Amino acid sequence: MIGVRLYLAQRLSALILAPLVAGHLAVIFYAVQGGLDGAEILSRTQGSVGFGLFYGLFVIAVSVHGAIGLRVVVHEHLKLAGRTLDGFTLATGAVLLGLGLRACVAVVG
Amino acid sequence: MSQAKEADLHVWRGDGNGGGLVRYAVPLRDSQTVLDAVTWIQRRLEPGLSFRFACRVGMCGTCAMTVNGKPRWTCRTRLKDVVENGRVVIAPLENLPVIKDLACDFSSFFGKWGKAGGRFAATATRLDAVAAIRPDSRRRRLADAGIECINCGVCYSACDVVRWNPAYLGPAALNRSWTLVNDERDGGREKRLRAVAGAGGCHNCHSHQGCATLCPNELNPTLSIAGLKRATALAVLKGEM
Repeated sequence: MIGVRLYLAQRLSALILAPLVAGHLAVIFYAVQGGLDGAEILSRTQGSVGFGLFYGLFVIAVSVHGAIGLRVVVHEHLKLAGRTLDGFTLATGAVLLGLGLRACVAVVG
Repeated sequence: MSQAKEADLHVWRGDGNGGGLVRYAVPLRDSQTVLDAVTWIQRRLEPGLSFRFACRVGMCGTCAMTVNGKPRWTCRTRLKDVVENGRVVIAPLENLPVIKDLACDFSSFFGKWGKAGGRFAATATRLDAVAAIRPDSRRRRLADAGIECINCGVCYSACDVVRWNPAYLGPAALNRSWTLVNDERDGGREKRLRAVAGAGGCHNCHSHQGCATLCPNELNPTLSIAGLKRATALAVLKGEM
C-alpha cells in the first residue's frame, strides 16, 4: 500500500544506503584486520564529525527505508490499513530512528 | 508402450459459497485442448458444468482457467501437455470471485482497468487527418510491446500482489495504462499517471514476474509497470504531480 512518494522515499533511501553499507563493512574489515578492540575503536570514533555524519545519515536512511518496507509487509500479510497502517509506519520509523541515534551518540558522542 | 486412452479430469464444481473437485474420465484425442476436454464433459457427462469461452483460437481471452495450479488459456493448451500421471486438475482463475464452476466474475478486473486510466483520451476527431506515428519511434515500440493483451486474466490470477493486496490494480490494467502513456495520440497522460501513482498503483508491484512468466501472449507486464514507476517518479521529481 504505497504511492509514488513513499516509493521514491524508499528508493532514494536505498540509494543513500548502498554506499553507506559498503563503507560500514569496510570500517568493520579495517578494524578487524588491524586487531582493534572496543576501546581503541571508540577512541577513533568519539568526537569525530565524519563518523557522526556517516552514521547519522545511515540511521536516518535505515529508518525511512525500513519503515516503508515493513509497511508493505504488514499491509499485505496482516491486512493493516488506513490510519493504523500510517501509525505503524511512523512508529516503526521513530523506533528505528531513536534506537539508531542512541547507538550513534554512544559511538560518536 | 501403449499410450493412455483416458485422462482423469478433476474439475472444480461449486459457486461463491464453496465447492470441490469432481472427477470425470475424458478420452484422449490428438490435438485436443483443455477447453475441448471441458466442453466434452459438458456435452457428454455434465450439462450443468459452467465455463466461459468464445473464439477457441486464442484471441478473445475468455477461456482462462487454472490448470494444475497455473492459470492458462485453455483453448491453446493441449491436454496431453498438462496430464500428470493420467490426471489434470482444472479450477477457476484465482483472485477473482467465482460465479459458478469455472466461470469467474471479471467485474473487479475490468473495473481496475478503468481505474488505471484504460480509456483512450482522444485529442483529435474523425474529421482530422490520421496521426502519423513512426513505427520505429521509441514510444511506438514501447506501446507495441504491450499492446497485444487480450485481457484473459491470466496475469491477474498469477499475481501475488493482487492476492495479498486487493486494492492493487494488477498487471493487465497497468500494462494497458503504459501502452496509452506511450500513445502519441492520447491526451490523458497526466490524469493517467496520477491514477497509477496512488495507494493501489504501480509502485506496489514486487516484480515477482509471475505475469510475465505465464502471459499466454508472452507480454511482459512487469516491464510495463517498471515503465510506469519511472514515468510517475520523474513526474513527481519534475513537480508535474
